[in-house]
Amino acid sequence: MLNRIVRLIIKEFLAVWRDPHNRFVLLVPPLVQLLIFSFAATHEVKNVQLGIYSEDHGSAARELISRFASARRTFSHVQYFQDLDDVHRAIDTQDVIAVVHIGPTFSRDLLSGTPVALQILLDGRKAYAAQVISGYMSQITDRFVGEYVAVSIDPSKPPRDAASIKLVSRAWFNSNLDSVWSTIPGLVGILTNLIALIVTSLSIAREKELGTFEQLLVSPLRPLEILIGKTTPAMVLGLGEGMAMVAIATLVFALPCAGSPLLLFGALFVSLFSTIGIGLLISSLAKTQQQAFFGAFAFLVPAILLSGFVTPVENMPAWLRWVTYLDPIYYIILIAKGILLEGMRMPTVLQLAWPMVPIGVVTLTTAGWTFRQRLE
Amino acid sequence: MSQNLAAESQHVDVHPQRSRLRCMWGLVRKETYQMLRDPSSVGIGIALPLLLLFLFTYAISLDVRNIKLGVVCEDNSPIVNRLLASFQNNKYFMVHVARDRREVQDDLVGGRLNGVLVIPADFASRIERRSLSPLQLLVRGSDVSTAALVQNYVRGVLRHWLIQEGLNAGQRNSGEIVRIESRVWFNQEIESRAALLPGSIAVIMTLIGTLLTALVVAREWERGTMEALLATPITRMDIVLSKFVPYFILGMLAMGLVAAVSTLGLGVPLRGSLWVLIMVSATFLCSALGLGLLISSVTRNQFVASQVALIVGYLPALILSGLVFEIDSMPRLIQYLTCVMPPRYFVSALRTLFLAGNVWQVILPNTVVLLGFAAFFLTVTIQKTKMNLE
Amino acid sequence: MASQVLISLSEVRKQFSADARPALECVTANIYGERITGLVGPDGAGKTTLIRLIAGLLDPTRGRIKVAGYDTARQVSTVHTIVSYMPQRFGLYEDLTVMENLHLYADLRGVVGKHRHETFERLLAFTGLGHFTGRLAGKLSGGMKQKLGLACALIHRPVVLLLDEPSAGVDPVSRRELWKMVNELVDEGTAVIWSTAYMDEAQRCDEVLLLNEGKLLYQGKPGDLTGQVEGQTFLIEATEDSRRQLLSKALEQPDIIDGVIQGRKVRLILKTPTTVFPALGTNVQARPTPPRFEDAFMVLLGGIPKTRISNITSHIFQKLREDSTGTRNIVVEAQDLTKCFGSFTAVDQVSFTVCRGEIFGLLGPNGAGKSTTFKMMCGLLRPTSGKAEVAGVDLTMAPAKARERLGYMAQRFSLYSDLSVHQNLEFFGGVYGLMGRRLQKTIHRMIEEFELAPFINSNAGDLPLGFKQRLAMACAIMHEPQVLFLDEPTSGVDPITRREFWIRINAMVNQGMTIMVTTHFLDEAEYCDRIAMVYQGRIIATGTPDDLKRSIPSENLPEPTLEDAFIEMIQRHERYESEGEGLRRDG
Repeated sequence: MLNRIVRLIIKEFLAVWRDPHNRFVLLVPPLVQLLIFSFAATHEVKNVQLGIYSEDHGSAARELISRFASARRTFSHVQYFQDLDDVHRAIDTQDVIAVVHIGPTFSRDLLSGTPVALQILLDGRKAYAAQVISGYMSQITDRFVGEYVAVSIDPSKPPRDAASIKLVSRAWFNSNLDSVWSTIPGLVGILTNLIALIVTSLSIAREKELGTFEQLLVSPLRPLEILIGKTTPAMVLGLGEGMAMVAIATLVFALPCAGSPLLLFGALFVSLFSTIGIGLLISSLAKTQQQAFFGAFAFLVPAILLSGFVTPVENMPAWLRWVTYLDPIYYIILIAKGILLEGMRMPTVLQLAWPMVPIGVVTLTTAGWTFRQRLE
Repeated sequence: MSQNLAAESQHVDVHPQRSRLRCMWGLVRKETYQMLRDPSSVGIGIALPLLLLFLFTYAISLDVRNIKLGVVCEDNSPIVNRLLASFQNNKYFMVHVARDRREVQDDLVGGRLNGVLVIPADFASRIERRSLSPLQLLVRGSDVSTAALVQNYVRGVLRHWLIQEGLNAGQRNSGEIVRIESRVWFNQEIESRAALLPGSIAVIMTLIGTLLTALVVAREWERGTMEALLATPITRMDIVLSKFVPYFILGMLAMGLVAAVSTLGLGVPLRGSLWVLIMVSATFLCSALGLGLLISSVTRNQFVASQVALIVGYLPALILSGLVFEIDSMPRLIQYLTCVMPPRYFVSALRTLFLAGNVWQVILPNTVVLLGFAAFFLTVTIQKTKMNLE
Repeated sequence: MASQVLISLSEVRKQFSADARPALECVTANIYGERITGLVGPDGAGKTTLIRLIAGLLDPTRGRIKVAGYDTARQVSTVHTIVSYMPQRFGLYEDLTVMENLHLYADLRGVVGKHRHETFERLLAFTGLGHFTGRLAGKLSGGMKQKLGLACALIHRPVVLLLDEPSAGVDPVSRRELWKMVNELVDEGTAVIWSTAYMDEAQRCDEVLLLNEGKLLYQGKPGDLTGQVEGQTFLIEATEDSRRQLLSKALEQPDIIDGVIQGRKVRLILKTPTTVFPALGTNVQARPTPPRFEDAFMVLLGGIPKTRISNITSHIFQKLREDSTGTRNIVVEAQDLTKCFGSFTAVDQVSFTVCRGEIFGLLGPNGAGKSTTFKMMCGLLRPTSGKAEVAGVDLTMAPAKARERLGYMAQRFSLYSDLSVHQNLEFFGGVYGLMGRRLQKTIHRMIEEFELAPFINSNAGDLPLGFKQRLAMACAIMHEPQVLFLDEPTSGVDPITRREFWIRINAMVNQGMTIMVTTHFLDEAEYCDRIAMVYQGRIIATGTPDDLKRSIPSENLPEPTLEDAFIEMIQRHERYESEGEGLRRDG
C-alpha cells in the first residue's frame, strides 16, 4: 500500500513539474506578483496633489501654507490657485485631490483672536484617500495653532500652561507604519493558497479529460490513496513556495519574523490542507478543466475579498464576518502577520489555525466520496 | 472546363457584400448559442457580477467602524471615566477596558485589538494642574491602514473631549480658533461604497471580456472545430468579429445590470449622462475583449490561456487599477506599470461619470487611451488569427 | 461524360520543421471527378497532411496543388468555395443542435432563401436525421454525428469532397449507410477523397492512393493492386493445433509474409505465388482463397519484420498466478448484470462467463450497452443489480482486490502523455504493487519485449501511434493480470499495428491470459473465441464467429462475413421486436 502511494505521489509530482509551461506558470508569476503587489497594495496615502487657494497674504496664512507645503511625503506637489473657478476645475479634472481655501481675513482675524474658518475641499471620488487626508490636515492645523498661533497671539503665555494632551502614538510591530510590511504577510498567505488551489482543482479534471482517470480507477488504488497522492505535490509545492516567499520577506524586505518560522510552516501546512481540500472538491465535481478553472475562480474571488487582505474584516457588517470565518485565507493572513511581525506564539496560532482543520477534513472527505460516486 | 464547374457549383448570392454579412451573422448566431448553452459563461456573465457587486457593497469597505480599542485606565478618577465614556459612546469604537496594560497588550497580536490607549495614573492630576498630560497610544502596525485611521480617530475624540470638558475655556484651542470646514465633493459622506461600486464595473467587464473570451478561440482549436471552419470561405475578420459581438453584448448587459443595481438599489448617484457611460464602457470592453481574444489566439491552449488571463486580466484590474489602492501612492515604477493597464483609465472615467458628472477633461483623455488600447489589441488579434494550420 | 482531372498534385513536398522528416515527399498524382479516391497508408504516412494541403489549410513547402484549376496556395479563398472538408472527429459544434449546425454552414456557404430550404430537406432526408433536428450534436451517436458532419459538408454541392477518416469509431451499420450516401454524390460528379485505415473500405474505392512515410507507393484501382498478389493467399486449418498456435507457427516461416485469424481458419500470405501450399505439418489443410486489398497492402509494405515477430512470441510472463483461482476455470462471470441510468436501462440482465485462456468479444452498434457492460466488469461502474466477478472476486464486495487481478486498456490513449515512457512504466508497475528489484526487472522485460528502448526517455504523448499502443499494453500487463480488458483497442489503427497487436494478444493467451474485448471493428472480432452480440442492452446472440456467420446464410450471401452477420442479426432482432410490439398492441 505504501509503495502504491509513493508511486502515485511521484507521478503527480512529475505531472505538475515536467511540463515547462506548468513550471513557469507555477513558479514565476507568484514571485513576481509578490514583488509588484506588495508595493501596489498600499493603503498609505502619499504623493497626492494638494491645491492651495489663499486670498490672504498675511504672515499666518503664509506660515500655514508653508506647513502644508512642507509635508512632502503626503503632498508631493502643491498647486496655487488665484481663482475659485480654477479650484473647481482642478478638482473636477482630478488635478488635485484636496484644496485648502484660506479666506481674505484669515491672518487678521487670527491675530486679533477672532475665530476663523479654514475651508478644505476634498474629492469624494477617492473616498478613502479623502478621509485620510482630511485627518492629516487637521493634524497639521492643530500643530499650527499650538505652535504658532498661541505663541504669536500671546507670547507671555506659553502654550504649555494650557491643559492640553500630548498623544504619544507608537506603532507596534511596524514602527514606521511601512505598508509593504503589512501587505507582504497577506500576499504570502494568498499566493501560497492560490498555487495549491490551481494545482489541485485542475488535477482530477485534467485526468478526466485525458481519460487517465479511468485508468487510475481500474487500478487497485483506493479513494483515500488517490486523495493522498493528489494532495502531496500541491502541499509540497505550496509549502516550498510559501517558505521561499517568507525568505524573500525577511531577507529582501527585512520583515523581522518575530515568531517561530517553524510555527509559520505548521500554519501554512494546515491552511494548505484546507485549500487543497476545496481544490480537490472542485476538481472532483468538474467534468472539464474549464469548469474546474471557473469553479476555482468562483471560490478565489470571494475568498480573497473576504479575507481582510483588501480591506479590514472589521469594516464588514457582522453577519458577513461570519462568512469570513469559513475562509481559510482569513486565518492564514492573521497568522502570517502574527508570526512575521507580531511574534505570535503557539496558543494564539492554535486558536486561529484550528478552524481550517475541519474545513479541510470536510472538503477532502466530500471530494473522495464525490469521485467515488462520479464513477457512476 | 473545370473553371465552369467551379462557378456552377457556387450557389452564392449575387451581392458579395450581402454574403459577407450573412456569413458573419451565421457565425455570430452560432457563438451566441454556444455562449448561452455554456453554464460557465452564464455564470461569469450574470452570477459573478452579482456576487462581486455584493462583495463590493458589503465586504470591501474602507470606512472603518468597530475599531477594537483597548483603554487602560491606571487611574479611576471621574475625569478619566468621562474620557473613557467619550470613547465608549463613539460609534466607531468598541472599547475594552483594562486596569493594567499587561492585560491587553498581548491582544494586539493577531488583531484582537486594533489599538491600546494608555491613560497613565497621573493623568487626572496633570489635567488638574493644567500641565501637559501625555497619553500613550499603541497601534497594531501590522495593519497599516487601520493603524493610521485609529490614530486619527483617537485624536479626534480627544479633541472633542477637551472642548466638552470646557478644559480649554479661556484657553485657546485649535478647535475654537481655527474651525476646519471640510467639504467633500461628489460624495458627501465619504462613503467608500460610492467610490467602489462604479469602479467594480471595470473588474466585472474585465472578467467577461478577458477571462471568458480567452477560452473561446482556444476551445475551437482544442475541439477541432476550427479546422472545419477554416475550410469554408470565411475571413479573418469574420472569425474575430463573430467571437467579439456576443461577448460584447453580454458585457454591456452585465454593465447595465451592475449600473442599475448600484444606482437604483444601492444609492450610488449617476451624475454623468447614461450615453457617455455606455460609450466609455463600450470602449473599455473593446480593449478587454481584444486582450482576451489575443491571449486565446496566441496560446491555443485552454490551461495556459486561463492562467494568462488571470494574471494579466483579473488581478491587475483589482489591484493596479486604482480601484482599491491609490495609484499616486504607489512607487514610481509601479505607477508606470499601471499606465499600460486599461482598467486604470476606465476606473477613473467611471468614478467621474457616476459621482462628478460629464467632466470632459477627465473622460475624454481616458476614453482616447482606451480607444488606443482597443485598436491595438484588436489589430494584433486580427493579425495573429491564423487562417491555416501552419 | 468522361471524368475529368479535378485535383492535380505535382511534386508536392511538405516539411513542418527544417530538421524533421518531410511529412510528404514528391507526391505527384491526378484525382478525378465522379470517383471515390481512397487515401490509405499506415499511421503517420501523411494522409491527413495531404488532405489539409488540398483543402488549402496548409501550404506545400514545394510543388503545387491545383483544385479545379485553382492553386491552393495562391487562390485559397476560391478553393474554399468549391471544396468541402470533413475533418477527423467531424468538426461539429457539439453544443449546437443539428439544425443550428446546418444553419451555420448554410450561412457560411451563402446558401439562402428557397434554395436553403430545399437543401435542408434534401440533406435531412438523405441522412435520416429528420427526427433529430432539435438534438444537440454532442448527444448524437457516433454514426449520426458522422452523417451530420457529412451533411454540413454537403450544404453546397462541392466540386471536391474531402473526408478524413470518416468511419473511425463508427459502427458497421452506419458505415454502410455512409457509403451509400457518398456513392450517390459521386454519381452527380463530385470528386471524393476518403482517407481510411480500414482496408475493406479502401477496396471499395474506385481508385486508391497508397502512402507510406510520406511517399506515394501506389496509385490506381484497388483491384489492380489486389490482383498482384493473386495466388499468394491461403486459408489453412489444423486438426490438432489451435488456430492461435497455428498462426504463430506459420508466422515464423520465412516465406510467409502475413497471417490473420479468420474464424476457425488462418489466412496466410506467401511471399511468392504458388499453387501448392508449403507444408506446415502433416495435419494442416490449406486451400487457396481470393486475395483482398488488405493482403496486397501488407505485401506492398512488407509485413511485420520476422525479428519482431520472434521477439513478440517469446515469453512475456514469468508465471501467471494460477493458484489464486484454484481449479476454477471461469475467470470472468456476469450474472444478470443490470445498469439503469435514471429511467433508462442501459444494460438489461446480461449474463455470460469467460474461461481461462479465452478471448471473449462484446460486439454491438454504438449505444447498445457494450461499453456499460464492460465498465461494470472492470469496476468502473457499479451495477444496479446482478453480480460481476473477476478471478473469483466479486467486484462490488472487494473492488480493490478484484482490480489487482485485471488489466485495462482504454479506447483512447490514456497514459500520462507528459510523463516519459519509463516514468509511465514505473508508475503503473508501482500502483499495481510491484517494487524494488522486481519492478526494475519487470520494466526491463517490458522495454525489451515491446521494443521501447529508443523512446525510453521521450514523453509518452510524443510517441508514434503504434508505440503508444505498445506502451499502453505494457502498462496494462506489467502486473501479470489474469484477465485483460480491451476497449475498442485498435479503432483507427492501421493494419500493421493491428496485426502486431493481435500477435501479442495471441502470445499472451497461449500463456493462459484471458481477454475480454469490445469492438465494432469486425475483422478484430474474428480473433475472438466467442462473441456476445449486444443490442439494446441485451445479448441477442452468443457463439463463435463461425457460428454467427453460419446462422444467417441466404441465397444472395452464400459466404457471409461477420459484418453481414452482424447487420442481419440486428435487422432480424428489430423485425422481431416490432412484430412483438404489433402483437402486443393487437392483444
